[in-house]
Amino acid sequence: MAETVIRTEKLTKRFGDFVAAHELTFEVDKGEIFGFLGANGAGKTTAMRMLCGLSIPTSGKAMVAGFDVFTQPDEIKKNIGYMSQKFSLYEDLTVSENIKFYAGIYGLSIKQIKLKTEELLTELSLKNEAKVLVSELPLGWKQKLSFSVALVHQPKVVFLDEPTGGVDPVSRRNFWDLIYYAADKGVTVFVTTHYMDEAEYCNRVSIMVDGVIAALDSPTNLKKQFSSDSMDDVFYKIARGAKRSE
Amino acid sequence: MVELKNIKKTYNKGSIIAVEDISFNVDKGELFGLIGPDGAGKTSIFRMLTTLMIPDSGTASVNGFDIVKEYKAIRNCVGYMPGKFSLYQDLTVEENLSFFATIFGTTIKENYDLIKDIYVQIEPFKKRMAGKLSGGMKQKLALSCALIHKPTVLFLDEPTTGVDAVSRKEFWAMLKKLKQQGITIIVSTPYMDEAILCDRIALIQAGKILSLDTPEKIVTNFQDKLYAVKANNTYKLLTDLRKFSLTNSCFAFGEYLHVTFSENISENTVTAYLEKLGHTNIEFKTTIPTIEDCFIKLITSP
Repeated sequence: MAETVIRTEKLTKRFGDFVAAHELTFEVDKGEIFGFLGANGAGKTTAMRMLCGLSIPTSGKAMVAGFDVFTQPDEIKKNIGYMSQKFSLYEDLTVSENIKFYAGIYGLSIKQIKLKTEELLTELSLKNEAKVLVSELPLGWKQKLSFSVALVHQPKVVFLDEPTGGVDPVSRRNFWDLIYYAADKGVTVFVTTHYMDEAEYCNRVSIMVDGVIAALDSPTNLKKQFSSDSMDDVFYKIARGAKRSE
Repeated sequence: MVELKNIKKTYNKGSIIAVEDISFNVDKGELFGLIGPDGAGKTSIFRMLTTLMIPDSGTASVNGFDIVKEYKAIRNCVGYMPGKFSLYQDLTVEENLSFFATIFGTTIKENYDLIKDIYVQIEPFKKRMAGKLSGGMKQKLALSCALIHKPTVLFLDEPTTGVDAVSRKEFWAMLKKLKQQGITIIVSTPYMDEAILCDRIALIQAGKILSLDTPEKIVTNFQDKLYAVKANNTYKLLTDLRKFSLTNSCFAFGEYLHVTFSENISENTVTAYLEKLGHTNIEFKTTIPTIEDCFIKLITSP
């Protein structure tokens, strides 16, 4: 049986009277690409923050990378990777400085940092750009770099929050090649996106509506279940009834 | 209604080219789309047409007015919704709307008809600070503010970026209604699937127009025979098909891969190759190209 990397049971977060996330129960396996979809305001960010150890749940249970979100949030932070489109790299540091910085933050030794920097620069074909400021890189390259930086400490699971916004269709697909490659090596990928074609690239997809998980299955099964020919249509059928918007 | 002739814009003393020699016209009542990724030059075009920035060279006019000499006249007759939320966060919904109405010498009441369909959705929150609104509500307020003086041309810079698929559909339905009221609309988007909702589109990348036509014509111009291929392991299928000697291009498109070949090819040749590599449940069929296929072809062909 596959190893479970994320396991939640009735995970709930309330802000006063408002139930942002209500009794979320799901499991994600090692090496799985798990799509986490939902309308704006459905509770995705709240759920992700709990799983990343940044927000203590109100009730329920959750284990991430072998640690408890209630009692071991700091251990979780050390054992996961995180990348969001909004914040990831320091624009006023060079490519290699960014890699060194993140590797240092995650406690790699000086020797490891040196090795890792070399390795990443080669893997991403960024050797010639090592001393270039990140602000001068094209967006597609920045996204690839910040994904690699999120994996610098070899976490079991990586959280990607709308990683591909704004890039051209070819860069977007190149980015997904990296995701597939990482998953193939056993990294669990937990990803949110507004591109419904990207939902099709996931092994399984969950769709949140008004704080609850309204559907969770493989894209193929979801399409069967909702008699749809695309995930776009599935999403529309599930989410159009949503009552709240953030 | 809008006319650009050889417009060029650079930043940083000419070292960064934002827009290079761009020319196009938008007709009255048209819904025109600028489709391209970040850094394509979409926002620069908007800023020049809304007279917030002067081009390095070239000329352009909006509603017959020159964007440099007659900028004041343009400012009175256009509505602009920037990509970045730019309303007053510390004013309420209603205060923002009435502020914009007053600036343009009108009242909410006078043009209420135009914004009614959009504004009713946020009216229950009219006493709320704009900064405290959700993304979708901010978007609706910004659109209401851009419309309150009944502009002849409406500029919308990436109104649906970061917005979920359901709200995006609703937003485009609103645009369609505005178009029916005779407003000329220029809208930009990085979402290729929204392109087909425009009358005409310009596909842009790195400051240049790659193609400009109706979405239907752009699709017709895609000459290659396009195939959709699917098998049990998508990632392996992608890498194996890219290694296939007759493959011209191969990209993931939802659950299928879209593939073109360098010569006419029979289904059997491909499936035999794939079966030998251990693929199962192979599906192979011709498919109709999307705008995204066209865009990819334009930016990858030498």
